[in-house]
Amino acid sequence: MMTALTKTRRVNTLPLITPSVLVLFLWMVVPLVMTLWFSFQRYNLLNPSVKGFAGLENYKSLVADSALWTAMLNTLVLVASVLGVTVVLGTLLAVLFNQEFFGRPVARLLIIAPFFVMPTVSALIWKNMLLHPVNGLVAFLTRSLGLEAIDWFGNWPMTSIVMIVSWQWLPFALLILLTAIQSLDNEQIEAARMDGAGASALFFFIILPHLKRAISVVVMIETIFFLSVFAEILITTSGGPGLATTNLAFLIYIRSLLEYDVGAASAGGVIAIVLANVVAFFLVRTIARSLEEG
Amino acid sequence: MASVKLRDIRKTFGRTEVLRGIDLEIEDREFVVFVGPSGCGKSTLLRLIAGLEEITEGDLLIDGQRVNDTPPDRRGLAMVFQSYALYPHMTVADNMGFSLRLAGATKDERDRKVREAARALQLEPLLDRKPRELSGGQRQRVAIGRAIVRNPKVFLFDEPLSNLDAGLRVQMRIEIARLHESLDATMIYVTHDQVEAMTLADRIVVLRDGAIEQTGTPLDLYNHPENIFVAEFIGSPKMNLLPVRVKTVSDDNVTVTLPDGGALDVPVKSDQLGADEQVTLGVRPERMRISERGQFVGQVLVAERLGSETYLYLQIEGGEMLTIETDGDSLARIHDRVAVEVKGENCHLFNSAGEAVGRAD
Ligand SMILES: Nc1ncnc2c1ncn2[C@@H]1O[C@H](COP(=O)(O)OP(=O)(O)OP(=O)(O)O)[C@@H](O)[C@H]1O
Ligand SMILES: [Mg+2]
Repeated sequence: MMTALTKTRRVNTLPLITPSVLVLFLWMVVPLVMTLWFSFQRYNLLNPSVKGFAGLENYKSLVADSALWTAMLNTLVLVASVLGVTVVLGTLLAVLFNQEFFGRPVARLLIIAPFFVMPTVSALIWKNMLLHPVNGLVAFLTRSLGLEAIDWFGNWPMTSIVMIVSWQWLPFALLILLTAIQSLDNEQIEAARMDGAGASALFFFIILPHLKRAISVVVMIETIFFLSVFAEILITTSGGPGLATTNLAFLIYIRSLLEYDVGAASAGGVIAIVLANVVAFFLVRTIARSLEEG
Repeated sequence: MASVKLRDIRKTFGRTEVLRGIDLEIEDREFVVFVGPSGCGKSTLLRLIAGLEEITEGDLLIDGQRVNDTPPDRRGLAMVFQSYALYPHMTVADNMGFSLRLAGATKDERDRKVREAARALQLEPLLDRKPRELSGGQRQRVAIGRAIVRNPKVFLFDEPLSNLDAGLRVQMRIEIARLHESLDATMIYVTHDQVEAMTLADRIVVLRDGAIEQTGTPLDLYNHPENIFVAEFIGSPKMNLLPVRVKTVSDDNVTVTLPDGGALDVPVKSDQLGADEQVTLGVRPERMRISERGQFVGQVLVAERLGSETYLYLQIEGGEMLTIETDGDSLARIHDRVAVEVKGENCHLFNSAGEAVGRAD
């Protein structure tokens, strides 16, 4: 009886969901297949006479090129640093913003504001108004302390990018973690207080475990976005100096649109996909485990 | 071992005064229950004792020491919350041992004490589970176990049974009573369930609007309520209250005129009342009997049959409602007219201010 019922239902719903599944499938697969296809082709926009099947040539030259490894490392450094900054600061700020203090609504609005600034604009703000060695606010502050101005993008390029991206994404982490903290049962905190938990014990034994799930969600979502940071790099350092801030996304851009080598760029794209999947695999697995324990 | 003394305790939230001068002495090993309608300040009072809220005015003494400014964990108290407030990511054993861990106890000592408490509450098979893998009753027991492990001088309970179903509530009630017996600890218990209050308490404190209405043993409150509020609050179903008029006053006896014109002698101190005064006559449903010679005749509007007894809701002449308790196999049916008898010595009289007129003994 039961199986008959489910069987008829499957037959009935299949035609209904097929179109959307098909569209989504094509949407995903066509670019993927095209990228794969181009990555095995000789394809340079500057030189139409170079064509034909390249085999693994694109990959070989990419792998042999140290730029790829630098870019990969940069990608991982960028993702890990910004994750660290946003999660740690976001957690601490969430605890802070969960307390009553004077001017909290205004402070909350201010700290969330960067999330609504588009990446290009925030990169420009940081480049021209905050970190500029002559006109920047930071330079003004260091000068007024009698120190030398720092050429941020010249000497600390990766740190600068990490600062910019963290500034943009801190509100996101804060918002998610704050809502999570607010869902913490107040009686649990009171019970812990009666059990003798001080501020730090409360944080490590009660609040942090409660936030574990939310932190996993933040890490998962942010990783997806941080793997493809681009606008901030293009506007501030253009991947430099040298390759200091070139991540995979930017390397692909260099290959395809600056060197017009579509084949090599596609190979880079495939490698980016592989990297993203490797990261996602480990991430999803650890997070799924932590969620199960919840 | 542990006495608790409250001296003129007041609490205000912003501008609203929630507790308006509470004076109370709780003796060592006493089981005191705070009851009162919702919003009367029971939880607030308990939280003041626990140290979770600041006392606005007045003194709180535990064992003679003023503890107004002592943090909650140093008052030697343990609290069981209505929502249990277990730590969801810790196992039962970790939940119970958390306070010991914070206090820096060794793992062996922690294990030993947790096992001891778990044995007393039949929690041993559950020690490795997480709270969400437990039933409501088991969670409740873990919460109590967590309190026991701390070996507190005073246990505080805030409506610990209100989330349990009726059967489990009775079972846990018995368990708490046994615990009080075996632990020899002072217990302060908040509830709005008057059955819990009556069955558990050595002494009941009835609160209303942030002030104590009456303090006394359960039977004291049942037999000698000091005012209409307490009379109505204690006892189930509620006491019947009828407006009557004083007819004559003699030594240790007041005769009142009943709605139907009949008279009833109530043996109370008569010096406070004068003839023709408007008073309230109170009779408990279980003190009324169906009888041919009844003073009240009324029509049955509703009959609630509980098996062991039946509650009849009557409308008597003059429109007043009466509740009476009668036998489980009573033949009375809806729309029947029945006569009900009360004895004067089973009645309470309340003056126009709602205060009980003292009994003549
Ligand atoms: N933090 C607070 N801020 C303002 N008012 C409060 C606060 N806590 C309690 N109150 C008020 O104090 C009064 C007493 O509250 P309390 O929780 O003690 O009632 P209760 O007797 O425990 O009621 P219940 O039986 O519903 O639990 C209520 O009117 C409540 O609105
Ligand atoms: Mg309450």
